[in-house]
Amino acid sequence: MESRKKVLWKLFFSTLYLSAFTFGGGYVIITLMKKRFVDGYRWIEEEEMLDLVAIAQSAPGPIAVNGSIVVGYKLCGMLGAAVAILGTVLPPFLIITLVSFFYQAFRDNWVVSQLLEGMQAGVGAVIASVVYDMAAKVVRGKEASSIAILLAAFAATCFFGVSAVYVVLACILIGLIQTMIKKRRAGK
Amino acid sequence: MIYLQLLLSFLQIGLFSFGGGYAALPLIQDQVVTLHGWLGMTEFTDLITISQMTPGPIALNAATFVGTKVAGLPGAAVATLGCILPSCVIVTVIAKLYLRYRSMDALQGVLAALRPGVVAMIAAAGVSILLTAFWGGDALADLAGTDWGMVLIFGLCFLLLRRTKLSPILVMVLAGVVKLGAAAAGGGAG
Repeated sequence: MESRKKVLWKLFFSTLYLSAFTFGGGYVIITLMKKRFVDGYRWIEEEEMLDLVAIAQSAPGPIAVNGSIVVGYKLCGMLGAAVAILGTVLPPFLIITLVSFFYQAFRDNWVVSQLLEGMQAGVGAVIASVVYDMAAKVVRGKEASSIAILLAAFAATCFFGVSAVYVVLACILIGLIQTMIKKRRAGK
Repeated sequence: MIYLQLLLSFLQIGLFSFGGGYAALPLIQDQVVTLHGWLGMTEFTDLITISQMTPGPIALNAATFVGTKVAGLPGAAVATLGCILPSCVIVTVIAKLYLRYRSMDALQGVLAALRPGVVAMIAAAGVSILLTAFWGGDALADLAGTDWGMVLIFGLCFLLLRRTKLSPILVMVLAGVVKLGAAAAGGGAG
């Protein structure tokens, strides 16, 4: 095994690189992490990586950040986690700082403002398409409680202005109660 | 104290966004637009557009964008810290529990119930973005004030996304170019 210092540097540059060049969200970056750390460096076993990915996906927060924490922690403990987080956070931080610096000037430009306005409809379409796929998956599951949660949560946020935090808390509560009921039934 | 407000707001965004990707959207909208008014709905939509075209998670991009706007570079740093703090604690705890018990019945149950809720909230965020695009923001949706050009662009993009394999970024850029072309052809009246 390489020296700890070398591993930490490699970890930093790997997460920095992946974070700077991965478009398309957390699920993509997780796949690339697996490629680099399991298939490339052979630092982590395939099986174990699957568990780490599962944890990164089930915890709250950005999946890219969660993924870098589990990988860093597994390799070098707390220090590894800190190094991996730094590598992941730095690129978007620098890029968006630069963008927001120019944003006001750009926004006042007629060409840019027309482009951005048109892109609003584009973003709306992208979100609509994503929601369509996700909702179709829920409906196809044919689980009455899931469909009920879907409808109730939509009505609550869209028509009654309920804060997303309360919807998340309610879902967590429902999930816990359902698990308890299932366990009790299985026990009898 | 603006730094504390930024920290607490993004702490909540980090703590309550499950599922990655667009799941953080409704929470960011809640905190940043509705609760604190740091961004208007148009700026919020611009932020999502920018996030789509740059690398990095939406929540982190939002933290830097909002932090910079409200309180400069230190604000961006504080907001980013707030955003990742819950992850640091929760991921480590789950990893430890996971290694000990190897079973995650309760967590699986919670995630199963969260999934449809998250889908619904993303849908609601999408609705408010479309309201802004079609009716220019907070005005109530009345048929006369509809920007039919934008509705058309939306429909076209949706079709392209469903029927072709074009990347979302390309479709978005196309939407912008179509709008720009139409506005330029209309004598810059837009």
